[in-house]
Amino acid sequence: MKPSLAQRFVTAFLEGGRWKLYLQGLGTTLELTVVALIFGVLLGLVVAVVRSAHDQQRIGRKNPVLGILNVLCQIYTTVIRGTPMLVQLFIWTFVIFPTQRNKILVAFIGLGVNSGAYVAEIIRGGLMSVDAGQSEAGRSLGLGYFDTMRFIVIPQAFKNILPSLGNEFITLFKDTSLAQAIGGMEMLYYASTIGGRTFDYMPPLLGIAAMYLAIVIIFTWLQGKLERRLRESDRR
Amino acid sequence: MIDVKNLSKSFGDHLVLDGISQHIYPGEKVVVIGPSGSGKSTFLRCLNLLETPSAGTISFQGTVITDPKVKIDQVRQQMGMVFQHFNLFPNMTIRKNITLAPVRTGLMKQEEADELAGSLLQRVDLTDKADAYPSQLSGGQKQRVAIVRALAMKPQLMLFDEPTSALDPEMVGEVLDVMKELARDGMTMVVVTHEMGFAREVGSRVLFMAGGKVLEEAPPAELFGNPKHPRLKDFLSKVL
Repeated sequence: MKPSLAQRFVTAFLEGGRWKLYLQGLGTTLELTVVALIFGVLLGLVVAVVRSAHDQQRIGRKNPVLGILNVLCQIYTTVIRGTPMLVQLFIWTFVIFPTQRNKILVAFIGLGVNSGAYVAEIIRGGLMSVDAGQSEAGRSLGLGYFDTMRFIVIPQAFKNILPSLGNEFITLFKDTSLAQAIGGMEMLYYASTIGGRTFDYMPPLLGIAAMYLAIVIIFTWLQGKLERRLRESDRR
Repeated sequence: MIDVKNLSKSFGDHLVLDGISQHIYPGEKVVVIGPSGSGKSTFLRCLNLLETPSAGTISFQGTVITDPKVKIDQVRQQMGMVFQHFNLFPNMTIRKNITLAPVRTGLMKQEEADELAGSLLQRVDLTDKADAYPSQLSGGQKQRVAIVRALAMKPQLMLFDEPTSALDPEMVGEVLDVMKELARDGMTMVVVTHEMGFAREVGSRVLFMAGGKVLEEAPPAELFGNPKHPRLKDFLSKVL
């Protein structure tokens, strides 16, 4: 006799305390997302600042070090954005760190480096969206480039990039499932393991799909709230 | 105070400034007038190197500031600039707008700067706006704050780039009054403006620019009363 649908879900989630495994996977997924995002934002910020600093130099005062850094940054964003995420993860795992046993660590690096390239372009767009008069005013007061960025341009750019940054967070959150392919024990890893053990893939896969979706919906709602609050401060 | 020699600036193959030589003496109020596109704003922006000259040299108090080795931030700390569109920092209160640069450049401590901001705001009648944000101010109020923000750096010289052009007509007067007071206090000023009344009243010397060149320069009474260059005559007949 075929088991009923309800029974299949009970088998996939409740039997033997399997729900704990999903939560464990969810924890790893969230950890991967947050660490990779922080790593990506820091990397992206550095790349974005280098690239816009390079573009804004005074003629005749081109800094050669900045020129080299700028070329490196351009190669970085081109290569990362031009190759598939999964291929990059495989390269990190099997080519660059073949002896590393901690696959989550490799996934941190792979996802963070990937995200950094996208975040760099988001931040660069945000920096360019701030009226040139703002940095001119800062510089005309005698503030240096970095002070002008730190106190004047970046705070204003932040508000403009928040929607795209939230989008990047969602993409990254879902892309963490690729870590399963290199043995990272996140949500998809547990779902497919359980699916294999119970000879029934449907309940665990639908289950984690619902979990991904629920978190994305909650995050989108939070982001909307934050944006509304930032907008309110404009109308003070 | 400022010595400009053979200053040229081109954007692409468009020559905006064509070999300008000028000397600005301490205490002078130089007013630059001319049709739009004549290069007067570019000339002003070259003086503190917001635009990089294509050729020529600019010296400020004996230092050749067009030399790439000069620390331009230190030079700019001594030159205030006021923009057509105010360019107040919308993410900060008025007080913070004023105190940011003096504190960050090490000119003074936060408490000193706050005190200075208070007295400067009093001077332009905006004491009650210290904790407001720029978006809560009218255009005229914003521009008065922008002037005060530049003054907080205790500059030797003030540059004004069409400070009243973006204002509603009824607010022009309040900004010009602040500038007149500043002139009376002996500040060296270079003002690009379309306000001929201001040029006549405050200017110690008026430059008429057209086509990237200074075509005529004279004290205002002479320049307005007895214009010589046909371009200037034509210009004045249209604006006066």
